[in-house]
Amino acid sequence: MTLLRSIFVAAAFGLAATLPTTAADISGAGATFPFPIYAKWADAYKKETGIGLNYQSIGSGGGIKQILARTVTFGASDMPLKAADLDKGGLIQFPTVLGGVVAVINVEGIKPGGIILDGPTLSRIFLGEVKTWNDAAIATLNPGLKLPAQSIVVVHRSDGSGTTAIFTNYLSKVSAEWKSKVGSNTAVEWPVGIGAKGNEGVANNVAQTRGSVGYVEYAYAKQNKLTFTSLVNREGKTVAPTAISFQASAANANWTGTPGFGVMLTNEAGATAWPISGATFILIHKQPKDAAAAGEALRFFAWAFAKGGAMAEALDYVPLPMNVVAAIQKVWAVEVKDAGGKPIFALSH
Amino acid sequence: MIDVTLRKNGARTRALPTRGRILQRLRRNDAIYRNVTRGAAIGVLVLLGGVIVALIDGSMPAWRAFGFGFLASERWNPVTENFGALAPIYGTVVTALIAMVIAVPIGLLISVFLTELCPTWLKRPVGTAIELLAGIPSIIFGIWGLFVFAPFLQGTLQPFLITVFGNVPVLSSLFAGPPYGIGVLTASLILAIMVLPFITSISRDVFEQVQAVLKEAAYGIGCTTWEVVWNVVIPYTRVGIIGGIMLGLGRALGETMAVTFVIGNAHKISASLLAPGTTISAAIANEFTEAVGDLYTASLIALGLILFVITFFVLAISRYMLARIERRIG
Repeated sequence: MTLLRSIFVAAAFGLAATLPTTAADISGAGATFPFPIYAKWADAYKKETGIGLNYQSIGSGGGIKQILARTVTFGASDMPLKAADLDKGGLIQFPTVLGGVVAVINVEGIKPGGIILDGPTLSRIFLGEVKTWNDAAIATLNPGLKLPAQSIVVVHRSDGSGTTAIFTNYLSKVSAEWKSKVGSNTAVEWPVGIGAKGNEGVANNVAQTRGSVGYVEYAYAKQNKLTFTSLVNREGKTVAPTAISFQASAANANWTGTPGFGVMLTNEAGATAWPISGATFILIHKQPKDAAAAGEALRFFAWAFAKGGAMAEALDYVPLPMNVVAAIQKVWAVEVKDAGGKPIFALSH
Repeated sequence: MIDVTLRKNGARTRALPTRGRILQRLRRNDAIYRNVTRGAAIGVLVLLGGVIVALIDGSMPAWRAFGFGFLASERWNPVTENFGALAPIYGTVVTALIAMVIAVPIGLLISVFLTELCPTWLKRPVGTAIELLAGIPSIIFGIWGLFVFAPFLQGTLQPFLITVFGNVPVLSSLFAGPPYGIGVLTASLILAIMVLPFITSISRDVFEQVQAVLKEAAYGIGCTTWEVVWNVVIPYTRVGIIGGIMLGLGRALGETMAVTFVIGNAHKISASLLAPGTTISAAIANEFTEAVGDLYTASLIALGLILFVITFFVLAISRYMLARIERRIG
């Protein structure tokens, strides 16, 4: 009995001792796509400053709900919120890293980058109009490539996803038929195909199913050694998915003219631009309940912008252009204030 | 304890109030015990009621927006926020039924073998193996289904079904289309494997309860093993068998993870069993975390309410049938 009691007492003391340190940690929740890089940044940041980051990758939808309920310091979403929704929630939004979405296929004899598709053909495949791999639409784009008379199996996401939002946004821009029949959102009513959960689910299904085509974040295609396709971009140039072509898509985007930096980097201008890119976003309250925690979160992202670029590249993410980072920090300094109306984040220069 | 107390207190006048006090304490303990058990029982009912209220309350926006058309519509369009439950309801019922059609005969055959025909040394290993099948977590079935079973079906059974039934009127549309590997049939087969141990172990247990004298009498008048099983064992154990089948059906209706992996998750009703489909639990598991907007979330909760009602009715019907059979026998 006394032993049990002493254990309880010790546990209570232990809890009390650990509580203050966890309170100083930054808490965030949301998108799964940037989770690997946030985790890596958090690890390096903890070593440097002693401040930890507790990030729960529960999905963009969950992240938006959590930040609106004020249970976390910041929310994360792969899909930018509309200006009206940001205003209604009293939120600011900013991007952290860029990534590319690639079409992946499983056709015998075709190597990564060994097949070229364009927007209209991709949309007709996902509409179910191009049904076999030796269809004339694919054959004319790939003269000399031996294509089998195999049926195309479309693989899409079964869960809501920022990846789907970026991909369907691209299809809507390049195909009027897609725009009117399906549209673009984190989840859509797919005309054909099988659904799989998460980027890893689509990657696995494409790897397993002969004749399949799907879309995943570039990192998943690379890690699973899937056959990605080259795409014809807006300028009519054939581009391969690389960090350089993802970054090129961000170079000409109208970042500062879009509320919450919420640009969709699809079908962007530029000869080397990859046509299906996107940023992942952070949401934070303009008047946070816990100003100290919000300040810590902003300082964490400022550190990540300054020092996290190489880490991001190692994980196949693309850092933001420097002029965008400067604009983001200006917004922090102007918009995020504590209860007394004092700015939480001060520009360092 | 009372005896000891009484023996210690020699004087009768002092013993009486002590005994009264002890009895009082025992009565009080009894009352506490009774109330704690009653509280536990009522707690479960409150919890159940709370679940129902939460489901109804959470799904109200969907019912208000779509009415009973929600049950009859096949649309599932998050872009225009137009939702209908028909495709998941269809997928849930069809996969569960196909699974039962496959698993019930096989399960009964296994238990007949184990109780009537199996050599004694083989009984235990086979019985244990089937019980272990019930202990495998469903996510394992899902992974195995996606990585091993679905590619196997895509290369073998599905092309076979498509070519064999290609020219047969009804069956050609039932087994039409490209062999995806995953789809309604694959999900049904996985479900059949998952419910098999429930049906087998329960029917084996009830088969073993058949009194030896009944079977011996039947064998004595010259019945074959088949005749004994069909005319004595199965009629005698009908109630238990149906109980086992219903338990399996309950699991098949609610199974989530294994189905999500292999059904293809498409909100569509296809004539072909090889085409992708979805079930209620798979749709909820897939979409709930990322459902943005009140109507989307409410529609998914409404799906949950429908599954709750379906399983409730399955269990209610099975109870009713069991009660009727019991009354007829007894």
